[in-house]
Amino acid sequence: MEKLKTGSDKERQYLTFGIRDEYFGISIDTVKEILEYSNVTAIPLMPDFVKGVLNLRGEVVPVIDLSLRLGKGVTEVKERTCIVVLEIPYEQDVVTLGALVDSVTEVIDIDTSTIEPAPTFGARIKAQFIQGVVNVDGQFVILLRGEKALSVEELASLVEKVSEV
Amino acid sequence: MDMEQAKQLFIDEARELLESMEQCLLEVESGEVSIGDHIDAVFRAAHTIKGSAGLFGFDDIVAFTHNVETVLDKVRDHKLDLTPDLLSLLLDCQSHMGQLVQAVVDTQAEVDKETGSALLQQLLAFLQGGTAVVVQPSTEPTASSLPGLWRLKVNYGADVFKDGMDPSSQLMYLQKLGQVAAIQLRADFPSEGFDPENCYLEMDLQLQSAASKQELEDVFEFIQDSSEVVIQPPAEMKDKLQQLPVVDQPIGQVLLDAGAVTEKELEKALQSQTRDIRQDKATVAVGQMLVQQGSLDAGLLDAALNKQKNTDHKRPAELQFLKVEARKLDQLINLIGELVTAGAANQLLVQAQEDEKMTESFGVMTALIEQIRDGTLGLRMVQIGDSFSRLKRVVRDVSKELGKEIHLEIQGAETELDKSMVEKLSDPLMHIVRNALDHGIENKEMRLYKGKPAQGLLRLNAYHEAGAVVLEIQDDGQGLDAAKLRQKAIEKGLISAEQQLSEEDCFKLIFAAGFSTASAVTNLSGRGVGMDVVKRNLEELRGQIFIESELGKGTLFRIRLPLTLAIIDGFEVSVTDTHFVVPLNMVQECIEFSAEDQAGQAEKRDYFNLRGEVLPFVRLSELFRLQSSETALRENIVVVQYGTQRAGLIVDALHGELQAVIKPLHAVVKSAKGLSGSTILGSGDVGFILDVPQLIDFAIQNESCVAS
Repeated sequence: MEKLKTGSDKERQYLTFGIRDEYFGISIDTVKEILEYSNVTAIPLMPDFVKGVLNLRGEVVPVIDLSLRLGKGVTEVKERTCIVVLEIPYEQDVVTLGALVDSVTEVIDIDTSTIEPAPTFGARIKAQFIQGVVNVDGQFVILLRGEKALSVEELASLVEKVSEV
Repeated sequence: MDMEQAKQLFIDEARELLESMEQCLLEVESGEVSIGDHIDAVFRAAHTIKGSAGLFGFDDIVAFTHNVETVLDKVRDHKLDLTPDLLSLLLDCQSHMGQLVQAVVDTQAEVDKETGSALLQQLLAFLQGGTAVVVQPSTEPTASSLPGLWRLKVNYGADVFKDGMDPSSQLMYLQKLGQVAAIQLRADFPSEGFDPENCYLEMDLQLQSAASKQELEDVFEFIQDSSEVVIQPPAEMKDKLQQLPVVDQPIGQVLLDAGAVTEKELEKALQSQTRDIRQDKATVAVGQMLVQQGSLDAGLLDAALNKQKNTDHKRPAELQFLKVEARKLDQLINLIGELVTAGAANQLLVQAQEDEKMTESFGVMTALIEQIRDGTLGLRMVQIGDSFSRLKRVVRDVSKELGKEIHLEIQGAETELDKSMVEKLSDPLMHIVRNALDHGIENKEMRLYKGKPAQGLLRLNAYHEAGAVVLEIQDDGQGLDAAKLRQKAIEKGLISAEQQLSEEDCFKLIFAAGFSTASAVTNLSGRGVGMDVVKRNLEELRGQIFIESELGKGTLFRIRLPLTLAIIDGFEVSVTDTHFVVPLNMVQECIEFSAEDQAGQAEKRDYFNLRGEVLPFVRLSELFRLQSSETALRENIVVVQYGTQRAGLIVDALHGELQAVIKPLHAVVKSAKGLSGSTILGSGDVGFILDVPQLIDFAIQNESCVAS
């Protein structure tokens, strides 16, 4: 993906989105596109965090409920619900995954030096999912590690466990 | 498949392997990786090239590569250090192997024999007292250079005189045809039982003559039945051969046209060739046969063969292949899939317009789209039979080498499989077959002792099963001995002595790297690569391998491969909003699950009276826990059959037949139960392809859970 770099080298672009009443960010390098929520086909016998699959121009892409993954409960589909299509490294390849979020906010430039390490506790999210926290206009934005929060290996093994029962 | 195609496969494979070998060696040389990481790949490349070359009888490749392999084997076992010198020697050897392979393709390509033997000497030095097979430089055929000099050899039969024939009159007649340059007469009298009326003469004669071979043969026409007459044409015949127009004809005809052989000689050669084939002896080419008969000298045969090969180049390029990256084909097929989907959407719109002309023109386009789709998918699909016939040769050669009689039975050769898969399968298949022949099937004496037929049986079978291809390799040999395998694995340190393994797990030990039960290293097997390669190759294809074996009865390898990229004829059904595709070949019939039938289900039994037969059924909505909003007014039963099992699937609605492009399940959800893939339906929605056997197993499991 083309990097729309502005300002110094230290600045990175992040896509911010809301889940419940919190704000999260993810590096736009991993974001492929953003879709309105529609036409997601549920897969039988899947754990709740697998919302279903989506036909993305001929590619069948699973959609993951990011809110559940972060331990924040099931996402209710509303008017502003979006699917953020991400590219996640898997083995030697990159696979496409959709992440369900309540709303997409904006793309912001973040000076990497202002990123603070994740709080050791209190966020109620697995620490390894978090790259850091940044304060944007008085609002905390939790920056996620896409490859960890949506790790294909981990998701696949969770799915396998559920379907073994 | 004819030999030419098989040869092409070998050449492509060898080139690829040589490339990877080169790359690995170069990476090691540059210090990017340690040799330990790559030695297996390099060794396997050499091993596979040697193995395949052996099948085609490219002996110089086998002889050379064998030595390279032996050195690599020592490096792998840490018996030999990989010094920079050895590394560069190995790279030189790699190039030489490339040359040898090139020589197979292009007979005009020069193979530097000196370099070859020099390399062998160096390899030998590294082996320190090991034995190297030195390529014998082929001896140049020496031909007499006297002009028009025929060599005649007559071994007179005992009854020549009795038949009233006179060798001296034949000699007189020969002098009319040309000038006798040299003559040598031998008489071979027996020490006892001498009969004065018998002829014991043998004659070698050199005749300078412009007569044709036919004329010379005619001189001896009357004694041909009782005596042996061999007439070798003069060396000038070579020039005459060169001048003949290039024609695409069998070698016998070429020689006949040139006058180098007579019809009678050719017939004799062909007859003895046919006889050899009938007696299952190794067959010899007609040309070689003629040389053996003495009708021809080897130099002349080479000249004629070259002539024939020259014609090869002038043939139309009907057997040439175009190698295309699989990725490009995948992209194309994805696009075609979308085209089909878009076409289906358009059709709905066109139908709504009710415009006759538009409908007609769209009909033409639809037909074209279908053709394009079938053609594109066809590009990747090949019949498994091609790979099977390649194995025929393996079976033949291996059974000969081992002195075992083996009958090969092939079923399902027409089963279609993705091309890239076929290529990756040929290696594992070959290894399994070789192992079955080498270790599985016992020798004749043992078989007879055990009361089995002397001839061993190897059965290859292929069939489609629910969006998967199943290959079976079965032998009726000695079977696997689980206890013995376990013992061996403990000796090799692969498992600990305490570890308890199921029988199936014991069988699977043969796939462990470095596990080999053959004690002797032969050309065939026993190097301890092979079965681990088999497993890895199959895993790359996301296939599974199962072993069934009964001690003393035989072993069955069953390989189940997903149809990663294929189109299937399916039958679309739906339960609530979820659409499923049942492979059409499993669908037997569809029947309405009427209200009366449902009424009879009050006690919740899951079977149904199908014209007097019991038909167990599965409610997809229950099994998949799909919340049906309300019970559909009319449910339907799809009767499916696979193997001997028959079952009913209860669904809400039937949508009819469709061709489904299979999209493999995403890595995250690939463990989904009862589904073998997904597909994009005409509406653009995603449908799931049902894995019927798994589905039924799942239902059985569920029920036994409830019952217990």
